[in-house]
Amino acid sequence: MGDVTVNVNNESKKKRSQLHDVWRRFRKSPIAMTGLCVVVFMVLVALFADVIAPSDGRNPGYDIHNLGNRFQAPNAEHIMGTDEFGRDIFARVVHGSRVSLLVGFIVVTFSMTLGVIVGAIAGFFGKVAENILMRFIDVLLSIPPILLAISIAAAMRPGMMSIVLAVGIGALPLYARVMRASVLTVKEQEFIEAAYSIGASKFRIIRKHVLPNCIAPIIVQATMGLAYAILWAAALSFLGIGIQPPTPEWGAMLSEGRMYIRDHWHMVMFPGMAIAIMIFALNMMGDGLRDAFDPRLKK
Amino acid sequence: MSDILLKIEDLTVHYITDDGTVHAVNDLNLSLNKGETLGLVGETGAGKTTTALSIMGLVPNPPGKVINGEVEFEGEKLFEKSEAELRQVRGNKISMIFQDPMTSLNPIMTVRDQIAEVVLLHENLTAKEAKEKADEMLLKVGIRADRAKEFPHQFSGGMRQRVVIAIALACNPVLLIADEPTTALDVTIQAQVLELMKELKKEFNTAMVMITHDLGIVAEICDNVAIMYAGSVVEQAGKEELFTNPKHPYTIGLFNSIPDIDSDDSVLKPIKGLMPDPTNLPTGCPFHPRCDLAMPQCSEILPKRTEISENHYVKCLLFDGGG
Amino acid sequence: MSNTLLEVKNLKKYFKTTKGMLHAVDDISFTINRGETLGLVGESGCGKSTTGRVVLRLLESTAGEVLFGGADVLAFNKKELRRFRENAQIVFQDPFASLNPRMTVAEIIGEPLVINKKTSNRADLYKRVIKLMDTVGLASRFENSYPHELDGGRRQRIGIARALALNPSFIVQDEPVSALDVSIQAQILNLMDELQKEFKLTYLFISHDLGVIKHVSKNIAVMYLGKIVEMSDYSSIFKNPLHPYTKALLSAIPIPRVDKKRERIILEGDVPNPIEPPPGCRFYGRCFCRKDICKDTDPELKQVSETRFVACHVAT
Repeated sequence: MGDVTVNVNNESKKKRSQLHDVWRRFRKSPIAMTGLCVVVFMVLVALFADVIAPSDGRNPGYDIHNLGNRFQAPNAEHIMGTDEFGRDIFARVVHGSRVSLLVGFIVVTFSMTLGVIVGAIAGFFGKVAENILMRFIDVLLSIPPILLAISIAAAMRPGMMSIVLAVGIGALPLYARVMRASVLTVKEQEFIEAAYSIGASKFRIIRKHVLPNCIAPIIVQATMGLAYAILWAAALSFLGIGIQPPTPEWGAMLSEGRMYIRDHWHMVMFPGMAIAIMIFALNMMGDGLRDAFDPRLKK
Repeated sequence: MSDILLKIEDLTVHYITDDGTVHAVNDLNLSLNKGETLGLVGETGAGKTTTALSIMGLVPNPPGKVINGEVEFEGEKLFEKSEAELRQVRGNKISMIFQDPMTSLNPIMTVRDQIAEVVLLHENLTAKEAKEKADEMLLKVGIRADRAKEFPHQFSGGMRQRVVIAIALACNPVLLIADEPTTALDVTIQAQVLELMKELKKEFNTAMVMITHDLGIVAEICDNVAIMYAGSVVEQAGKEELFTNPKHPYTIGLFNSIPDIDSDDSVLKPIKGLMPDPTNLPTGCPFHPRCDLAMPQCSEILPKRTEISENHYVKCLLFDGGG
Repeated sequence: MSNTLLEVKNLKKYFKTTKGMLHAVDDISFTINRGETLGLVGESGCGKSTTGRVVLRLLESTAGEVLFGGADVLAFNKKELRRFRENAQIVFQDPFASLNPRMTVAEIIGEPLVINKKTSNRADLYKRVIKLMDTVGLASRFENSYPHELDGGRRQRIGIARALALNPSFIVQDEPVSALDVSIQAQILNLMDELQKEFKLTYLFISHDLGVIKHVSKNIAVMYLGKIVEMSDYSSIFKNPLHPYTKALLSAIPIPRVDKKRERIILEGDVPNPIEPPPGCRFYGRCFCRKDICKDTDPELKQVSETRFVACHVAT
């Protein structure tokens, strides 16, 4: 058996103690907790969108056209009003959270996975590998994201895939750089040398000693990256090269409402606020996480 | 006018943190005469640095809080002074040397400007005069005048500590607090710096509190010694007396823990156990769990400061006649 | 079986820097007998830690030979190197940096056994980890603690237990007590003494503290700027140092005594830069008894008596 971990008692006890410390520090920051609450709320809204704003023909739905109901200002029945097709904006904002969060999570997973691998290899092995990978990252950084998105959207069909690719490739360098920087720091620590001295292989050293000590900055980066991804997805959809109508997407809704902004402010106001609150909350949470992971920074 | 320059009475400083209250300094009593050097000896966490910061009025608040006690400097109570008045004392009458010469200098100012800055702050001099004074100080600490325009990173550790000393002495302070000034230096460089401090102390007639963990440095440079344990002074005496006739079990334990390069003894007699957790100090005498001579009542009664012979104070029930 | 465990011959380690070659270790030779301790003493930057690492091949040497039990360490292939590392271990200076903060005490101590497949099942591993903890005086209740929850002395015990896990015959002690308080330092030094006797260990003990070195070593080598300037049994080096640097080093130590005053030799200047050192004696610039010959000719380490070696033109 190649790899027995010295898992002496139970796994849960030891895992808890470290996360516990982070959580304890996180909990103490009101700003971070506000961010977390809003984010959790948004996720719940996205999960239960069909319950909160069902589209079953009886209620005004996010996808049911009702031209008699066009451009209603916010009122008791439509608390956020209706759009140019008479669809309920509240329902569309609620369902839009699904799209935004989904895009955000896919983008983060995509760019984080690639970025972590690239950064870890570059940081740990250095020399030629580092030069090739980091120059590649520099090339990615030198392409304006909008240009990249437009080219990808032009090459493929505009939609979810093109957003994920465009925003994901745009965000990849961030993860790679954060990862490389922390691997470089961890690599110089004495416990890495200690691992060599007891005969550990490079693979084991990366897996058991380097990666676990690089997780914290990556988690923080991922939280901020989620905000970044949602914002860019909205921006691309606004420009018409992302999610296409009639799918309720916040950026696309902004784009639709843009034409009517003079008379019907509510059409841009509410999706705009949804984006702003989401981004704001994620960034607050990210800041809180960073302080919680590394309390020394704050002193 | 009395000779007493600094007097600390019943000083208690706590740090209030999420993990509990850190009892950094507990009921500490110290006094220092003019021109005298006091060695403040203790291990990590004994409260040496907090004591020094209290004298400077620099205990970070929050989390630090002076719970009780007085610091009297030149007959005036420091805790009653305003922040503006304290600033006049700091750097001028009392100055401090920190442990790490790498971080206690500003990396983007020339060493001359850094010395001149202190002089300008406290003395009524023109910029030109301050620079001249700076050059003069550099010369005194053994740095050639042509290096005055260099930046800290161009100096070695020992040279930087000389610059720090020059800054500390620039305003001719009455009291110099040196917090482990040579710990970051190599032995041969340490010897140079200690020699320099000895000379300058004589020249400026400055009183000094020398914070250190090294009893060797105390033997070298101090007149009086105070041994700290768990935030309080457990023994204080003149150097000769303390080194030849130590009384407190902790002091004796410290001496037995040091490998002696002059004798052939090969077994060290360390103090058993570990430093107590400052958020949860033992009841009674804080040293009793590690003490070989502990008696049953040691865990109950906090010993008082007792003068067992002239100018020799011990905080231990073995010598506490009153109980 | 010869009595010599480790033999180092003309070992060199240079580092390439932007300013030129840094001569960290420059042509040093020494031997250590089984069960004995060689103390390697010197100031920061003299190459003592580099020596320890090159001997264990944690760093690759530039030139020279390292013979361990007669076998050429520098020629070992991967497999032999792995076997060598079971025999030769290291205890690091910094008990904070040398332990992975994300692993528990038991995981850290057990890791060498896992990596080298010394155990077949968890129960056996657990038993051996607890036994190791007991050997170094760590209570078993700390098995699931993380290093940051423990104090410096206990952390250093973890480092020692990890080094002992594979039953080595040789341990490089790289400043193992310099990060600790005196009272804890004494406990750890005593522990190392006991372990050496119990397991017949051979130590290369690296320190900047002559007091510690004297306490643990049978023989002492003094390093200055990549060179061994004096090597001797411990008592004669303290009673009668020959090399001017050794003299200065000894006299520079503040002694915790008031009854004895010793003469101070205060050296001028700082330790020079080890990058591209000039020819001649490395100590020339700071020496208080230098002669003309010292400037151009590097003194060799010469045997002056059965147990004493010194590299100096003046002192013999």
